[in-house]
Amino acid sequence: MAGVRVVHYLNQFFAGIGAEERADAPPGAVTGAVGPGRALAQALGDQGEVVATVYCGDNYFNEQPERATEEVLALIEPYAPALVVVGPAFNAGRYGIACGRIGVAVQERLGVPVVTGMYAENPAVELYRAQLYIVPTGATAATTGAAVQRMAALGLPLARGERPGRPAEAGYLPRGLRFTERSPRSGAARAVDLLVKRLKGEAFETEWPVPAADRVPPPLPIRDLARATIALVTSAGIVPLGNPDRIESTFATRWGKYSLAGRDDLTGAEWEAVHGGYDHTYANQDPDRIVPVDVLRELEARGVIGRLYDSLYVAVGSGASQASARQWAREMAAELTAAGVDGVILTGT
Amino acid sequence: MAKEFERAGLPTAFITTIVPLAQNIGPNRIVAGQAVPHPLGEPSLGSAAEKELRRRLVGRALAALQADSPDQLVLRLDDPSASAELAPA
Repeated sequence: MAGVRVVHYLNQFFAGIGAEERADAPPGAVTGAVGPGRALAQALGDQGEVVATVYCGDNYFNEQPERATEEVLALIEPYAPALVVVGPAFNAGRYGIACGRIGVAVQERLGVPVVTGMYAENPAVELYRAQLYIVPTGATAATTGAAVQRMAALGLPLARGERPGRPAEAGYLPRGLRFTERSPRSGAARAVDLLVKRLKGEAFETEWPVPAADRVPPPLPIRDLARATIALVTSAGIVPLGNPDRIESTFATRWGKYSLAGRDDLTGAEWEAVHGGYDHTYANQDPDRIVPVDVLRELEARGVIGRLYDSLYVAVGSGASQASARQWAREMAAELTAAGVDGVILTGT
Repeated sequence: MAKEFERAGLPTAFITTIVPLAQNIGPNRIVAGQAVPHPLGEPSLGSAAEKELRRRLVGRALAALQADSPDQLVLRLDDPSASAELAPA
């Protein structure tokens, strides 16, 4: 009996095209399994076959997502898959976004079920969890084996038209969707039951966790720009040449603060990029492309802004947990507010 | 990080290429960057034109810092409705 036809989507790195320097690679396709696709093929066993692998560079995708999605769909469709597996993207944000967008497009436009895998903190999870089956993975590709096992186990029944069980049982991240089920007990009875447990201090499980919105009310705008002190902060990891504080290129444990006093711009002779998630070529040629000291100094000289704050605050966002990034920013904010800074320009990738 | 600056009361303009993500989990004031490896640059332009592009992007960021809106704001270079240009000094 023929196995389920599976097409696998990967980014340029996992497809073996190249690393960050090839993140601009346009979409392409090859027959059979590539890279982690081989582990996927093993996990599928004789129930499925990876007939093709479609790939696209993470920057090519994110810089023109609509066009890239069309091109990727056009490459997937001729293989007539019964299942499309995208990723796993682990904690890679751009890759996760590509996986999410392509996964949704495949479901909606090709009508083919999709399974993906991401680390729970991948920023793409919040964007796509309600629309896709996302298997939770570890943060890095070291967890590939376990990830593709679970993706295959979830995907095969989907390909057969079966609806998976609840997230905890079937092994995917809760989607925030509600399905109507019959319960032998009325809602009133179940609510009182929960309340009694809670009052007694016993363990209970809510039927519906109330989502917490987390938009911060916008701080008051700057009223008098010509008198304002503007601080530059970057999460893109531009540091003095030699990285004196040894800020790690991924999963960083520290941030840095560097003097801009007397500097009218940043040059590659004195600064370098250390963030592990993007190609450093352009940043190292001219770090002002990441941290626009040159323009802020011009504006300061013209009196458009009051002044550029003397210190540049630097973090490396690659792989940073939300908790870490928040902690760093809290520490930086305490210094910035104490110094009387009026506003921040934060540059990321 | 941007939201923590906002929580501390600092108006913050976040320049990023991946706008949909910032809209979802990010701050109120967002400026669309040029590209992932060069958000405030464009190597394919000559250096004078690239600098001008950077000036315009920084201009958007400063305009965002001065914008008074309860809603999240996304400013882009190619958005004709953005009256958010700095007046010439």
